[in-house]
Amino acid sequence: MTDVKKMPPEYYELLEQIQAIDFVLVELNLYLDTHPQDYDAILQFNNFTYESKQLKKLFEKQFGPLMHFGRSYSNYPWNWDDQPWPWQV
Amino acid sequence: MWYYEKKLQYPVKVRECNPRLAKYLIEQYGGADGELSAALRYLNQRYTIPGKVIGLLNDIGTEEFAHLEMIATMIYKLTKDATPEMLEAAGLAPHYVNHDSALFYHNSAGNPWTAEYIQAKGDPIADIYEDIAAEEKARATYQWIINMSDDPELNDSLKFLREREIVHSQRFREAAEILKEDRDKKIFF
Amino acid sequence: MQPTYTKYYYPYVSPFDPCKPILKKSYPTPPQLYMGFQPPNLPQFNPKEALYHGTLWPSLYDEYNKKDYRGDEHD
Repeated sequence: MTDVKKMPPEYYELLEQIQAIDFVLVELNLYLDTHPQDYDAILQFNNFTYESKQLKKLFEKQFGPLMHFGRSYSNYPWNWDDQPWPWQV
Repeated sequence: MWYYEKKLQYPVKVRECNPRLAKYLIEQYGGADGELSAALRYLNQRYTIPGKVIGLLNDIGTEEFAHLEMIATMIYKLTKDATPEMLEAAGLAPHYVNHDSALFYHNSAGNPWTAEYIQAKGDPIADIYEDIAAEEKARATYQWIINMSDDPELNDSLKFLREREIVHSQRFREAAEILKEDRDKKIFF
Repeated sequence: MQPTYTKYYYPYVSPFDPCKPILKKSYPTPPQLYMGFQPPNLPQFNPKEALYHGTLWPSLYDEYNKKDYRGDEHD
């Protein structure tokens, strides 16, 4: 049977928001690896970390777990391995 | 250990079925200056580099796997449902007879990935300078692929990856400065 | 002084070059070559702009556009 599960626009919108916030975190993280004393950047990093967690809670409620191995909660039945995978959407 | 997160680092959109572009992109999948080489190079060098720059190698190496997944997504989408005739017209018949549409770690010319592409000299300066060079070579490869591609949406993702090489090069250049410093910076360790 | 992120040179042209010569060639010299150790508190993009530029900091951003197929610069 063909698996045609069209993801709603909200999926792409929320995902994009998460990608944006997480991208800032990657940038700040690499910056802090070479600037460990930059207090303002650390504050900003921690604030964005909080925002990322909030957004992911919201996303996972609607679209299932983002992470495996106990980093996200599962619904019943097990929905971690539900399609689509990131390269499929 | 590592955790997988079910999302791409950057949205990847591909306008059309285009196996010819996939043939070029595979250079950044299993080629000398590709994302696999980058990830494995940095994550392997991190064991024998001074503590001040281990974190940077660890984190850039990890980000490279996210880039590898983006490249894989592009190749997957560009070739998904392409017929053998379309693959042949794109010069991918040798790939097809060995792999069908499966991805494989080889470069654009079909040479399989080899550890000879990367180095771990154990000398911190030699290793960090190799890493700076690797980022500049990957940046150049993205330029030449963008020049060959007429898919604006794909080019958008490729420009993101090119810019990441610039930022990584910047951080490695800072790592070289840190390695040159006389004393450890305060608060470290 | 603000550095330029593209440089140009004029390759030797022989009357016996079979391809139409590129008179002026360009190559990129992006911001990481000039920044040195990144200073703190540089201006930032907002998160979505950052994502779509591939960096959080405008001063590390280097625009790259597809050249024409010959790879030279129009002037």
